[in-house]
Parts: sequence; structure tokens; C-alpha cells
Amino acid sequence: MIRYLLRRAWQSALTLLLSTVVVFLGVRALPGDPALALAGEDRSPEALEAIRHHYGLDQPLPLQFAQYVERAVQGDFGVSIRTGTPVSSMLTTALPVTAELSVLAILIAAVLGVGAGVLAAVRRGHPAEWLANGLALVGLSVPHFWLGLLAILYLSVATGLFPASGFVPLLQDPVDNLHHIVLPAVILGTGLAAIIMRQTRSAMLDSLSSDYVRTAKAKGLRPRAVITRHALRNSLIVVVTIVGLQLGGLISGAVVTEQIFGLPGFGKMTIDAVFQRDYPVIQAVVLLTATAYIVINFFVDLLYSVIDPRIRVTGDPA
Amino acid sequence: MTVLTVPMAEAGPASLTRRTRVLRRLRRNPLAVVSFVVLALAAVVALLSPWIAPYSVEQTDFGHTFSPPGTPGHVLGTDDLGRDVLSRIMLGARASLEVGLLAVATSLIIGVPLGLAAGYFRAWDAVISRFTDLLLAFPFLIMAVGLAAIRGASLGNAAVAIGIAQIPGVIRVVRSDTLRLKSLDFVAAAVVDGASDLWVLARHILPNATSVILVQATVAIPAAILGEAVLSFLGLGIQPPAPSLGTMLATAQQFAARAPWAAIFPGVVIMILALAFNVFGDALRDALDPKGDR
Repeated sequence: MIRYLLRRAWQSALTLLLSTVVVFLGVRALPGDPALALAGEDRSPEALEAIRHHYGLDQPLPLQFAQYVERAVQGDFGVSIRTGTPVSSMLTTALPVTAELSVLAILIAAVLGVGAGVLAAVRRGHPAEWLANGLALVGLSVPHFWLGLLAILYLSVATGLFPASGFVPLLQDPVDNLHHIVLPAVILGTGLAAIIMRQTRSAMLDSLSSDYVRTAKAKGLRPRAVITRHALRNSLIVVVTIVGLQLGGLISGAVVTEQIFGLPGFGKMTIDAVFQRDYPVIQAVVLLTATAYIVINFFVDLLYSVIDPRIRVTGDPA
Repeated sequence: MTVLTVPMAEAGPASLTRRTRVLRRLRRNPLAVVSFVVLALAAVVALLSPWIAPYSVEQTDFGHTFSPPGTPGHVLGTDDLGRDVLSRIMLGARASLEVGLLAVATSLIIGVPLGLAAGYFRAWDAVISRFTDLLLAFPFLIMAVGLAAIRGASLGNAAVAIGIAQIPGVIRVVRSDTLRLKSLDFVAAAVVDGASDLWVLARHILPNATSVILVQATVAIPAAILGEAVLSFLGLGIQPPAPSLGTMLATAQQFAARAPWAAIFPGVVIMILALAFNVFGDALRDALDPKGDR
């Protein structure tokens, strides 16, 4: 267990280092002088010189990289070109919105996906299986931002059931907060649900035909107990893995969903930054996403090895 | 001499009968037939769209903005600038398919050799795994954001961003199939026979891995089509006035209450395209599955 943990930690650290190098070099690949990009309005030679000195742009590249990492670790991502506010404080207001949206979406996706997946596997040949399979295929194929558009059009604008856009912080008014975020979370969650459903279904089919389930049935356990305590339990490993693997898709989905519903989160901040050529913000966004992905997947792997002891031995979660 | 008979079964004339068996299974699956017909139709329309579209996609008509569907001359209505929605959808679908194929080609060109190497050469596996981890850390939208910042937004950059994001998936399936094939007798026989690694990979492993690559491609294309729609919708993909289903939806969003059809049809077309690929991909996977013989 310790050996596995250490090896995974080392791999994650290496990936983190490499992705930092990629982002660092990506910033250097931006068109034009980075000092010019960072300067914004004030482009006098003195101002540019000061920026070059502050960001160490007059230093050799490896030293620049070291300073870059040092600043990033301290949470210093520079100052937004557009608003002049530190990127770190923009992040502290934007991240909670995205975190809430994503957590809610994962919960919705897990409930819908596992439920439909189990149903489709248990009720083989029934209309319920066809319905669940069909819905999952549609869920995989539908552009979710379009569903969001339709939801706003028919559920918000037409009937006024939900607010069409905007956000209220959770701590300010929890009820109003949920009212604003539930529709975006459902839209974001259904995409993930389709993937979870298909994986749960095939994992359930595998375990339902396995020897240990046959044994459980043979010793006279009620079908419900066989499904929940034996087959489903093994299938849950799948869900944990999917959430880890689909984290990238979830982040991408959150960006679009926030844009459509006007939620002031990480995604909206990212898109605004691209159009305003706000390079310090873009850089922070890319670096943070990569870091979050690597760190969360490290924990997913740990969780995975706790649920399934075999992985600790072979070390290959495949 | 099992060593001699196994290669025949995997790569010899027997593979021809396997191909006919797979095709027969596909023909007998109504879902496969329907999705194939839809895809073939879409491909024909996309290929011919510059000639068969009723109007030029950029032809504006300010006297007839927001004509509802069914208006004579505009079956699917017109948009905010009086442009024909059907014509724009046809060319938009063409762009979608273009990005889908371009992205998947990108991911296969880079992913297949890396997957083969990772599965075949033990020493390369660790290095390629780190590369995969690195790619996975940048979700396609974030990759597209970075590319758009560096090189500007365009169809090509959108396809590259989506393609790069799909490389890890290709590496994973090709690697595991290579590992499986490498342990089979016919590969061992080739090695004993003195074949070079490159020869074994090119002549024995790659041809037998094509079915998993094919299935991977059929599920990657719809994902790329959806990805293009998202990127273009956000303004990071195809740039207006060039028609794209994603940019059409972005424009339609502003007028959705007044002209809902402009927001509905492009989305329906994206869904039909992606659904047809996904259904066909599922059918293909089932048809290729040896367990399907039962």
C-alpha cells in the first residue's frame, strides 16, 4: 500500500511539474512581447522595463521558470490586464460557484446514472432497458449547451419557473442559491449521467454473470440483496473511476454551462479572459485546471485502491 | 503445429470470412442499418452542400428576417439577417463533419504509434504513460482556450485542440490491444522466425488492432462534433460569418424568444449526427465482439 501510494505520488508530482513547464512555455509562445501583454494600457518604456524586472523577464529561462513556480505556489498569478485586480482574488470569488455547480452535477449524475444503469442491467429485455439505453445514447449525443438554451427558453423565459441567469451566493440565501443553480446543475449532470449509466450497466452485467453472484443467489439471498450488496457494490468502483476520468469533460462542461446561464464562475471568467486577451488570467486558469485534475485524480486513485484491494497488489488500475 | 495454424486464423484468409461475418451481423441489426443510412445521407449532403444548398450562406435579406419555418422558399425559416437556415445548416453540418474527421485523424496519427510502442516496448510504457497523464490534465476546452490565446480561434485550431484531447483514449485502447496481441502465439512465432520489431508491429499487430481503432474512431467523431459545436458556440472555433452549427446557436441565443426555430434546428442536426455515429459505433462494437457468436 505504501509503495503504491509513493509511486502514485511521484507520478503525479512529475505530471504536475511537466504541465507547469507546458504552461510556462505556452505563455512564452504567446504572440508579441509578454511584457507588452502584461502592461495593458501603460506601455511606456519605463513601465515595460519595470514589468520585465518584476516578472524576471530579463533573467535566463530556467531561473524565470523557478521564479514562476515560486510565485504560483504562493498564489501570485499576477494582475488582470482588464480589471487590475489580482488574479488570485478573482479566483477566490469564481471558484466556489464552479465547485458548487460541479458537486451538484456529480451528485445528480451519480444518482441518475447508477439508477438507470442498474435498471438496464437487471431488467434485461424489458422496455425499461430499452428506455434507459436509448436515453443514455441520446444523453451522449445531445449538445448539452443546447439543452441549456432550450431549458432557458421554455422553463425560464416562457414559464418563469427558474431564473434565466444570474447567481446568488450560497451563504447569502441558500434557497435562492439553489433556485439559480439547480437547472444548470441538471443540464451539466445529465451528460455525465449518460456515461456513468453505460459503464454501470456493463459493469453490472459482468458482475451479475460472475460466480460470486451465482453463489449468492444459490445460497438463497433475495434478488434485491444480491443486487445491492454484491453486484452493485463492485460496480461502484466504476463510478469512482468515471468521475476521475471525466473530470476534464466536467470542467469543459462547466465552462459552457456557466456561460449560458450567466453564472459568475471559473468558466465565465475563462471565456471573458480569452476575448479580452487577459493573458495572466488565462495562464492561471490553465495551470489551475491542470493542477486540480492531477490532484483530484491522485485522490481518486487512492480511493480506488481502498475500494478494490487488488489494485494495491498489482498497481495497475486498468 | 499450432504455431502455424494460429497466424492463419488471425491474419490469413480466415480474416476475410471474419469480415463478412461482421458485415452480416451489421446488416441484420436494424439500428446499424438506420444509423449507417443517416450517416451516408449526411455525408452526401455535406459533400455536395456548396452546390445543393438553396441559398448562398452569406446572402442576407433584410426584408425577410426571422421568417418562420415553412415560409415559401425557406423551409426552415430565416435568421436575424434574413439568411436561409436550411442552407446554413447544410454547410454547418459539413464543417462539423470536417472538424470531426480532422480531430480524429490528428488523434490517430499521434495516438496509434504511441499506443503500439507503449504496448510493445516495456521501456517506453512509463514514458508514454506520463505523456498521457500530461495530456489528460488539459481538458479540451482549456486546451482550446490556450491554443486560441496563442494562435487565434479557427476551425483548424479547434480540430487540433479536440484531436490532442482525444489522443489519450487512442493510446489506451491501442496499448491494451497490443499487449493482448503480443502474448498470442502467432506474434511469438514471427519473433522466433527472426522478424524485426517494426515488422511485427506493422504486419502482425497493427492489422489485428484495426477493429479496436475503428470502434474508437466511431465514438471519437461524435465527441469531436459536439466539441466543435461547443467551441464555436463560445467563439473559440469557426469564426462567423462562416456557418457552423455552434455559431448558429450562439447567434440564435440572442433572439431565441423571437425566433426559437433558429435555436432548435441546428441543435437537432448536431444531435442526429452524433447519435447516428454513437449508435453505429455501438453496433460495430457488438458486431466485432467475438462473444457475439453465442
